[in-house]
Parts: sequence; C-alpha cells; structure tokens
Amino acid sequence: MAQKKMGKQTLQFSSAPVITSAAAVVGPKEGQGPLGDKYDMVCDDTYLGEKTWENAEQKMMQYSMELALEKRGLLPADLDFYLAGDLLNQIISANYTARFLNAPFLGLYGACSTMAEGLCLAGILLEGGFGERIGVSVSSHHDTAERQFRYPTELGAQRPMTAQWTVTGGGSCVLERIGTGVKLTHATIGKIKDMGVSNSNDLGSAMAPAALDTIKTHLEDLGRKVDDYDLIITGDLGIFGHTLLKELMQKEGYPVERLSDCGVLIYDPNQDTHSGGSGCGCSAVVLAAHLMEKLHKGEYQRIFFVGTGALLSPISVFQGETIPCIAHGVVLEAPSNE
Amino acid sequence: MEMLVRAFVLGGLICVIGQLLMDLTPFHITPAHILVGYVTTGVVLSALGLYQPLVDWGGAGATVPLSGFGHSLAQGAIRGVESKGLLGALGGGIEATSVGVAAAIVFGLVAATFFQPKA
Amino acid sequence: MDKQAIRERIKEREALIAQNFVLAEQEMTRLQQELQKEHQKVLYWEAKAKGAEKEHFNGLRLEIERQQKRLALPEQIVYQSTALRLAPKQTVVKNVVMAFLVGGTICLAGQVILNIFLQNGLAEKEAGAATSALLVFLGAFLTGLGYYDELGKVAGAGSIVPITGFANSIVSSAMEFKREGFVYGVGARLFTVAGPVIVYGTLVSILVGLIYFFINRANFTLL
Repeated sequence: MAQKKMGKQTLQFSSAPVITSAAAVVGPKEGQGPLGDKYDMVCDDTYLGEKTWENAEQKMMQYSMELALEKRGLLPADLDFYLAGDLLNQIISANYTARFLNAPFLGLYGACSTMAEGLCLAGILLEGGFGERIGVSVSSHHDTAERQFRYPTELGAQRPMTAQWTVTGGGSCVLERIGTGVKLTHATIGKIKDMGVSNSNDLGSAMAPAALDTIKTHLEDLGRKVDDYDLIITGDLGIFGHTLLKELMQKEGYPVERLSDCGVLIYDPNQDTHSGGSGCGCSAVVLAAHLMEKLHKGEYQRIFFVGTGALLSPISVFQGETIPCIAHGVVLEAPSNE
Repeated sequence: MEMLVRAFVLGGLICVIGQLLMDLTPFHITPAHILVGYVTTGVVLSALGLYQPLVDWGGAGATVPLSGFGHSLAQGAIRGVESKGLLGALGGGIEATSVGVAAAIVFGLVAATFFQPKA
Repeated sequence: MDKQAIRERIKEREALIAQNFVLAEQEMTRLQQELQKEHQKVLYWEAKAKGAEKEHFNGLRLEIERQQKRLALPEQIVYQSTALRLAPKQTVVKNVVMAFLVGGTICLAGQVILNIFLQNGLAEKEAGAATSALLVFLGAFLTGLGYYDELGKVAGAGSIVPITGFANSIVSSAMEFKREGFVYGVGARLFTVAGPVIVYGTLVSILVGLIYFFINRANFTLL
C-alpha cells in the first residue's frame, strides 16, 4: 500500500478523489464584486424572502448544495455523507441543511477554514473507500455574523481599517471516489497558532501565522517548492492579512508572486469593505465559482488552497482572550485530459 | 444666532474627544464604552461645578451630548437633596432625567416593532 | 523524572526565558514538549496527592503553566510589532473632522429645537427635556429607516456621543433581536447599551447626592 501520510501533517490521496461539481450562491454585495458573473446564483437581497437572516443563510447553503447536485445530475439520496459547517452558534445553518438533505451528516466547525477542513475529511473518507460520493457545504452571512460576533447591524459604529466584511454566501462541492473533475491529491492538516492577537476586528493579522505554518509544513512534508504550484491561495486573510503573510513568507525566503487570497479577490476596493472579505463563505464561493473554472480551463494546473480560520467566540472576545487560529490546505489539480 | 454657532462648536469638540479616544488609544473602545464614559464623566464634572459653565456658554452643544445627560442626573440628585434630604439623593437623578429615559423606552420599542433591520 | 529534577529544569528554563530571545523553531518545539511532559506528570501526582503535598504540586504546576505562556511571548511581541508596522493607517484626521462636523450639526439642530420650544413659552427645564425627547425620537426614527448606521460609519463618535446615538444604540439592538420575541428579544435588548448607561449614570449621581448631603449636612433634615 502506498504511503498515505507524508512528513508531519500531510496526507496523500493516491486514489485522487475528484470534485465533480461545485456551486456558489451569494448575496447582492458579492454579486456586485469582481467575480459577480461567475456565481451560480446571486440573490437580490440578504433576506431571500425569509423572515430572518439566519434562515436566509441556511437557504443559501442548501441552494448551493442543490445546485451542485443538479449540475452533476445527482440527488441528495446519492450522497454517502454530508459534511458541513458555518459560523453560527452550534452550526445551525449546517444542521438545518442536513435535515433537508436527509443524508448521513457530520457537522464541522473550523470557522472560515471549514471548506478546506471539509475537503480534507471528504478526501480521507473517499480514499479510505468508505463511500462513493460526499457533499461538502459551508456558509456565512454578513448580518448573522455581525450580530453574533460584533454589533447589531443598525448600530452606528465605525469599522476600523483592519476590519473585514463577512461574505454572504454558501458554497458546496460534490466529491466522488471515481470520476472526472478537479483532483484532490493532498491535504495538510493545520495546527493552532496563537500569536496573542485579541482584536476581533483584526482577524487577518491573527490568522496569517497559521497560514504560514501550514504552507511551510506542506512544502517541507512534500519536498516541494512554491513554484510547483500555479497558485497558493489563502481563504480570508483579507488585504492586511495577505500583506502580512507575504512579509512573513519573504522573511522565510519564499517567493511571494504566486500568493493570493480569496478575501482580496472577492470584493472591489471601492466596495468599502476596508480589509476585504472573510467568513466561511469567502473561500468557498471563490473556490466554487472562480478557482474551479480556472482549473477546468487549465489556466491553473495545480493549486494549494489554504482555508484559514479564526476560532474565536463572542464570549472569548468579551473575556479578552487571544484568538486561536488554524489553516488547513488541500492540493487541487486540473482534470486530466481524456 | 451666536448661540447656534457656539452650540455647533462645543458639540463638535465634545464629539471629537470621543473620536480621539477611539482612534488613538490602544484599547478596543466600543460605542457602549463611549456612552457609559460620557455619562459618568458628565455626572462628575457637573458635581464639581465644571459642566454648568459649558451649558451656559454652548447651550445644546453641552446638553445634547450624553455628558449632558450626566449633567442632568447630577443636578437632579443635588436638587433632590436640597428638597427631600437623603431620599432625594436616591431619586433626584432619575426624576430629572425621567422624560428622556421614558422617551427612549417608548420610541425605542415603537421603532423596533415597526421597522426591520436592513444592514 | 522526579519532583527535584522538574524543579531544577524550571529554574534552568527561567534563566533562558529571562533572556527574552525569540527561540529557533526546533528549540521552541523541544521546550514546549518538555513542558507538556512535565505538566502531565505533575498533574498526575497532584491528582492523587492530599493536603500539603497537593498544595506543593499545585504550585509546581502553576509554575509550569506560567512558563508555557511566557515562552511564546517574545515571538508574539515580534510578530505583533510587524503587524503594527504594516497595519493600514486609521484615517484619524478625516475621522476627527467628520466627528466634529456631524456632532456639531446634531447639537446645532438641538439648539434650534430648543430655541423653538423656548419661544413657544416653555420654561427652560421643560424645553430642555422636550428637546432631548424629540432628538431621541429622531435618532430612533432614523435608525429604524436604516440611515443612522450609515451616518455612524462616517461620523464615528460624532453620531455616537449625542443623545441620538443613545437612541440608536437602544433601537438597533432591540430591532435586531425582534425575532427572539418581545420579552427576551425586544424588551431585554432595549437595554443592552442603555442599561449600563443608566446603571452607572444613576449610581454616580447617587454618590454625588450622598456626598453633597454629607458635606452640607447641617442645612438638611435627614428626610
């Protein structure tokens, strides 16, 4: 049997499970962003006709999974497992979506790294031969996150320049053990990094060291160089966090030209988000809409997708605790030409 | 007319202090901290006799900021003591500000009932 | 590994920690693992010990925990200073100007309202209270329409400090939690920010009243 664990934290999926379908559903602000025409569905408002934002977020997650299944010609009953998570207390969006799909469900919490965490676990399950098809979903919603983590939305508070805008959107992937699609070849499971940052309005600088740690470990584990990838893209460091990561990478002697960040790509600088996007939805919708397309077109042959998560809670913030952060990465390769 | 200018200038300056506190201090200061800080500071300044001159000079420029609410509380407590003794110390502040507090509760409740947050 | 060995290691590490160096990654990992090992061991002893011995192990464990935290500190400080250097600058000048203009304008509006009440024959106190009530109404109304938070983004303290900002804090949280019902939602959340303001304002005013009473005690009856 081929070796499955490489180095300290990296897994090798020699059977190369594939992402056969992916879909992204976003809110109006994301729809007006630079990637606006790539999403599968752009909602007119942030309520989606629901009474609460929480319901709206759940619907976004559900719609993205349904669309991903429909694109592949599958039904929820075809899923062997469903892995999902979001930012709300007790991951209620995922729980209600799993109730709708009625598939065997494992709830995940990795904050904004949840999509990458879900892909890692889906890869493990498929590589292990425990199933044929797995659905992975995540969602976030600006207004549900604001009221849970910061202030009521209508409070006239000023957002500092380091603040990021939580992406309103849901993203889903369908992974299959056999098939054609974007290949999942490796996953690197991250460790918690806590650099003593406690400002919940500055998650970018809290998460950058976690991203660095995972990228570094990944390259060492596989004996690869940055240049082996067409793109190394982090989840939601935002403009400030991305700048910091580049600085940290440079200090360690890595080239930084191929680094990018979903939180930087998702909004236009004049959309008044300050430091860019964040949230589970951020990396998920950029992956589902933008990165998947680039991989399918062959513009990217191989990318390293690093989901970054700030694992704080509203209570830990009030108690002045520092923010533990994590980053999980997966290697995605363009479909082989057959 | 002159009073309007003074109200504008004094009110603006009082707000600027809050802005400087938020932007230039390393602490994470929320709107709630600002409001609590202004009210208690207003009470203390008023008790020391430092707030009344501001009100005399700048009118609404001193009474509209939340420190003016603190001023009303302190003056209410002092007048309460003068008219009712020790009991007035307890009730005076709230009596003097009762209109504002009641208005906040009623309008708050009404607005929250009829409007939806839009974000 | 015994108690004595651990105590000595703590002392040795203390000397290292006192140098405040950022340690090399390997050295750091080694020390962290050593600390984990000692912590686990001491905890195991402590769990079984009784009386004075338990106290002793407890003290030792707290020492180890303190070192665990302390060990990471130099690295954190270096990182945070890098972050601080690269952080986007707050637009302080613009913020201050906007706070001045918006705060000033709200107070100006207050003065206009006050003047109108005074001209219509209200006594000074009543006119002041009526002005506050009207401004609270305006703040609440604009919050409901969704304009006040837009103003706040630009004006900062300029729209927080005036009494309209007080109204905004009340309405915004009450409105936000409407779906949680009228008791635990609206009713309770009305006072998320207003509560502390009223609590501490009233408390300090009572203290002021008490002090005033005792200073001038000779002049007043007790009740």
